[in-house]
Amino acid sequence: MKAFGTLIATLDTTNKTTLKLEAIDRFLSEAEERDKLWFLALFTGKRPRRNVSTALLRQWAMEITGIPEWLFRESYTAVGDLGETISLILPEPVAYSERSLSEWMELIAGLSNKTEEEKKDFVIHAWQHLPHAERFIFNKLLGGSFRAGISAQSLINALATHYSIDASTVAHSVMGHWAIDEVSFDDLIKGGYTDVQSSRPYPFCLAYPLDRTAAALGDISEWQAEYKWDGIRGQVIKRNGQVYIWSRGEELVTEQFPEIRDALLQWNGDFVLDGELLAFKDDRVLNFSDLQKRLNRKNPGKKIIQEIPVMLYAYDVLEWEGEDCRHRGLAERRALLEQLYRENACPEVRLSPVIECPSWETLANMQQQARDVNSEGLMLKHKASPYHTGRKRGDWWKWKTAPMTIDAVLIYAQKGSGRRSGHYTDYTFAVKQGDELVTIAKAYSGLTDQEIKEVSSFVNKNAVEKFGPVRTVRPELVFEIAFEGIGFSNRHKSGVALRFPRIVRWRRDKTVRDIDDIEEIKKMIR
Amino acid sequence: MLQFTPKGIYCIPGRFYIDPWLPVDLAVITHGHGDHARAGMQKYLCHHLTVPVLKTRIGPDITVQGLAYNEPLLINGVRISMHPAGHIIGSAQVRLEYRGKVTVISGDYKVQDDGLSTPFELVKCHEFVTESTFGLPIYKWQTVEKQHELLQDWVQQNRDNGKTSVISGYSLGKAQRIMKALEDIAPLYVHTAIGRINQAYESVGIRLPAYQVLDEHTTAAQLDQSVVIVPPALLDTKMIRKIPRKADAICSGWMQVRGARRWQHADAGFPISDHADWQGLLTVVKETGAEQVYVTHGQTAVFARYLNESGITAAVIQTAFGEEEEQNGKPAEQ
Ligand SMILES: [Zn+2]
Ligand SMILES: [Zn+2]
Repeated sequence: MKAFGTLIATLDTTNKTTLKLEAIDRFLSEAEERDKLWFLALFTGKRPRRNVSTALLRQWAMEITGIPEWLFRESYTAVGDLGETISLILPEPVAYSERSLSEWMELIAGLSNKTEEEKKDFVIHAWQHLPHAERFIFNKLLGGSFRAGISAQSLINALATHYSIDASTVAHSVMGHWAIDEVSFDDLIKGGYTDVQSSRPYPFCLAYPLDRTAAALGDISEWQAEYKWDGIRGQVIKRNGQVYIWSRGEELVTEQFPEIRDALLQWNGDFVLDGELLAFKDDRVLNFSDLQKRLNRKNPGKKIIQEIPVMLYAYDVLEWEGEDCRHRGLAERRALLEQLYRENACPEVRLSPVIECPSWETLANMQQQARDVNSEGLMLKHKASPYHTGRKRGDWWKWKTAPMTIDAVLIYAQKGSGRRSGHYTDYTFAVKQGDELVTIAKAYSGLTDQEIKEVSSFVNKNAVEKFGPVRTVRPELVFEIAFEGIGFSNRHKSGVALRFPRIVRWRRDKTVRDIDDIEEIKKMIR
Repeated sequence: MLQFTPKGIYCIPGRFYIDPWLPVDLAVITHGHGDHARAGMQKYLCHHLTVPVLKTRIGPDITVQGLAYNEPLLINGVRISMHPAGHIIGSAQVRLEYRGKVTVISGDYKVQDDGLSTPFELVKCHEFVTESTFGLPIYKWQTVEKQHELLQDWVQQNRDNGKTSVISGYSLGKAQRIMKALEDIAPLYVHTAIGRINQAYESVGIRLPAYQVLDEHTTAAQLDQSVVIVPPALLDTKMIRKIPRKADAICSGWMQVRGARRWQHADAGFPISDHADWQGLLTVVKETGAEQVYVTHGQTAVFARYLNESGITAAVIQTAFGEEEEQNGKPAEQ
């Protein structure tokens, strides 16, 4: 596992993509076949089930080291990661057991039918035979929480470069459903395995935020404009009489949307469509907060289906009767999509309308009013564009309406984990409710490292109360919070939920007297 | 014997201060780091290897007296002597003896022999004043040989890839250790701030590995495959940014934790520290035989609580130490 340990250490530390790619390249050259397969499995989220609870790991580590509970907790707070904390406090290994990543993975998988005593013996033996760099990884693998510092896209690029294969082929192969024991690494990478997988999705084509005026894109007749919907991006697949619905998180969500699945089963032909899953009632796209009530329920009941119906707004076709049509131009794909729809029209699946506009000026007006139909703005897609793998600048743009913003005051802060462990990075904000304050949003991102250090030092000096890792601070620091959507919610004390809240800027010029009032904020809801 | 005052640690019968942070008449200095040796004192007393450091950092005109290790001096009936703290070259624990009672103020210390500083000497005492910078059981250093080996491997790997290794480390102490670790591995370039400290040491006969000072005449070709050592604050300067192919690393005890490594945006982090690790702190505190321990900076609350639970009376003392050094990679607070 040494090569893997070295790889993880590099990926964890540097934030230079080139160095990360070099490290992956080195690993691919050095590691054995089955280790590479495990590497791929782990990095694409195919984690083995957790066979030992973290509570037990913690307990055993305390037993071995004789460290009291409170000191363990202090250590954990400083590290921000349980597997790493345990690995750091354990004594130096007595010897080194040289096992490959796959050997370890198989041993870990084999724990499922073992007794607690047997598990304990195995874990403690491993702890005594691995140096920290590998012991830490072992703990992460054991806890089933392995994550590594590299994006799927970078990983795919590294593989594509190393094997001189087209990135989209690699992405296609790696993203689908495959199991360690059924494939060989070479087969998988080179796409030999994908054809037997009828559920495999394509990587989504992603858009960049528009970074210039729309008029700078040139002739409007070369562009297709659509609304940018605020739902769940979904890829629906119908192959061999089966329907699969994938979310952008590469998650199979077919079961959550039975009405869409059933409607598609009635359609003729085999196809793959890209679109947006939305809550939709009385000819109107509902607020995202309504869709949220439908999410993460497998096999939703009749009542909720009636109350909040969902539908798919389709906007692209990637495959038609077994033929990958992503290389064709958008205009051609749209014509195909429309033809397909004419033959199969149904209320559960519709075409996301194309906005016909003679000029950029009139389109700009549409863009500004996009919120009226519960959309986030417009999408501008070049009519000749292929369906790219991932993000590619120039062909697809998202032209979002300006985010809504409010001024809110910081009331709770919590230390981050991972890269920013040790600093207060997770904040909770409040707005006015009459003379009192009411929590409105949590936000993590948006400040510079320097600002985070300043806020952390404010929190240290102004903490009023401690609840575990959370600090209540005096309400003094005012921040401008932007969000993409707002809806009513009875799960929140304030009665509203914000979508994608983030910190725009620290308003050092404002005090708690200047923050917004919840009643005014509610008026933003459509 | 001691009083903890707003100006610093005060020796009542001796009428002098140890590492004070506000101006006083006589300051006994454990070592040259900025948070322990400050400007404005009427007179300084320190180990003689710290004398040139103080003159370089505070000013050439200060009044300063140097002592050798174990060379006693009597002030107002208090017998003062300096004992190696192993922290940096010239660092000393200050031993005070008065009417049969012994107090040791250790300043900063480490137990590992770094091959450069005089190795730590255990001094038995009744009262012991300790730091606790790395006073958590997660801090456990590898052997010096292993630390050096990892750093050397990284430099070698960069050389193989045609890169300059840029390493940040505190200019007094850490920088010289890095030089020592990489002696004969690659040509060494140091920032002028480090060059000044090196000269101070060389002026009193300390032999350091061969190095050159980085300046505007240093060419990219010279730096190719070399090592450049800079103080932490200067890692992101124009001179460093313009080195065409480089990888950067931070050497600091904080680099033990992944979160801290990532926070720093460096390409690599090496937990090489001039402070004692958890076990080092515990061993020293126990072996001094002290009945009363004062914890001055670092993980004070944690360390004091642990000592008290282990049957050693310990109290946390508020000081101004720990503000400047080892900030490299240090997370916020404490
Ligand atoms: Zn120091
Ligand atoms: Zn110190």
